[in-house]
Amino acid sequence: MKSGSRLEKLLAGGHFVVTGELGPPKGADVAVVEKKANLLKGNVDSINVTDNQTAIVRMSSIAVSALLIRMGLEPNMQMVCRDRNRIAMQSDIFGAYALGIRNILCLSGDHQKFGNHPTAKNVFDLDSIQLIQTVKKMRDEHKVLGGDEIEGAPQMFIGAAANPFADPFEYRVVRLAKKAKAGVDFIQTQCIYDMDKFERFMKMVRDRGLHEKIYMLAGVTPLKSVGMAKYMKEKVAGMEVPDEIIERMRKAGKEKAREEGLNICVEQIQRLRQIPGVHGIHLMAIEWEDAVHGIVERAGLLPRPEIN
Amino acid sequence: MIIAEEKPIKEILAMIEGYDKIIVAGCKGCVTVCSTGGEKEVGILASALRLARQTQGKSLETREITLERQCDTEYFEPLREIIDSYPAVLSLACGAGIQFLAEKFRKIPILPAVNTQFIGVTEEQGVWTERCQACGNCVLDRTGGICPVSRCSKSLFNGPCGGSKNGKCEIDPQVECGWQLIYDRMKELGQLEKLEEPMPIKDWSTSRDGGPRKRVREDLKI
Repeated sequence: MKSGSRLEKLLAGGHFVVTGELGPPKGADVAVVEKKANLLKGNVDSINVTDNQTAIVRMSSIAVSALLIRMGLEPNMQMVCRDRNRIAMQSDIFGAYALGIRNILCLSGDHQKFGNHPTAKNVFDLDSIQLIQTVKKMRDEHKVLGGDEIEGAPQMFIGAAANPFADPFEYRVVRLAKKAKAGVDFIQTQCIYDMDKFERFMKMVRDRGLHEKIYMLAGVTPLKSVGMAKYMKEKVAGMEVPDEIIERMRKAGKEKAREEGLNICVEQIQRLRQIPGVHGIHLMAIEWEDAVHGIVERAGLLPRPEIN
Repeated sequence: MIIAEEKPIKEILAMIEGYDKIIVAGCKGCVTVCSTGGEKEVGILASALRLARQTQGKSLETREITLERQCDTEYFEPLREIIDSYPAVLSLACGAGIQFLAEKFRKIPILPAVNTQFIGVTEEQGVWTERCQACGNCVLDRTGGICPVSRCSKSLFNGPCGGSKNGKCEIDPQVECGWQLIYDRMKELGQLEKLEEPMPIKDWSTSRDGGPRKRVREDLKI
């Protein structure tokens, strides 16, 4: 075991895992965290805590991860390269480990242009692949980047993201291979709607043997409305929503849109489970945490396995 | 070359408020080539300022001068000859030129009439785009001659990130994805295998992060 996290143990044990996602509040209100966390409890194995996603200032991912641990839940702390240099990130990794955090997701981070501080200076001292290398060095070589020995190495289970739908498509698997070379343990993908394209991507993953080196968790997000489907297709960079999905959401009409969104999501999970090399799903029910239980249950993924 | 743009005239007027005469100093270097601070622009700015003052019912005397270069004391003489008769200089040179004038002519304020933007190229007539951020440690040999520091919005060394779509960057559909350009170029060169290895963590100490930079050539010193 590298970290002994629940997520690592389940994946090593061959379980098909379910991870969830929790977006911290735009403020210091712990009740918001607790409400979302309670909706995820028992339905997912580990909870991603986003790090100022879309560059909007929120409660820090370390703090929210620590709150989840207090509630008996396992966090997967996201860390982006946008806001901190290598000094601050390594320091925060020490701190996160000291607070009991065992999973870390290494990300570049959304550009600050999208957030509520578009005039901010960005950092990007490291990029996501270099952050993976950094955490691995701290964990396995017991050294910080500068070369100094560490007093108590953070034994983290190292994750990263992959977006099979960004361009250039044929380079996406190469970039994934780079993350594997850098030392990543698991991958969570961008939300998948174009299942055929994802299957093509997974074939490329298997052809390189990457599915045997890293755990692949496929990202899913239930659609709430036809408007959301269109927005994701047109406005969100690196997201593909096939016309047939949009058509299904449109046909469902306003009243049954959410129900149809859930149907699509459950069908997707069932299909994803059949794809060789997919070790689990990452369910991102954005501001729709109360949908998680139903989706996981209908997908036949409850109860979640117990581990020691 | 160094690319600069004119400051808004309102901002310049506020800067020179209180002066009834001023030197407007251009530069025949980069800012002339990018049509921002050469002889022609000095003339245009000076007359615009005079006109603006007139509409306020006030006057402004302008003395127009364009030096060969403002980043080299060798060419400062024409300014030295007239500077004592004026209370301020409005410089249309890049930030380096403005600062160098301020260093060498210490009695009066040297004011910026332009915003210095980037090191770039003339992409087409009237269009300049950034190419280099002077990080001090060039990696163009590894990236097909396209710079990840200046061309990627996040300066990623192992891009493209998940926001690359149809060759464009997530921050703006008008902005090309630097890493798509790198990928395409490496493909053309038959060197895609070079993009398989993670690029090492960058030493930023050669960039601005190492403090103000200096280059010394002992063999050239007098």
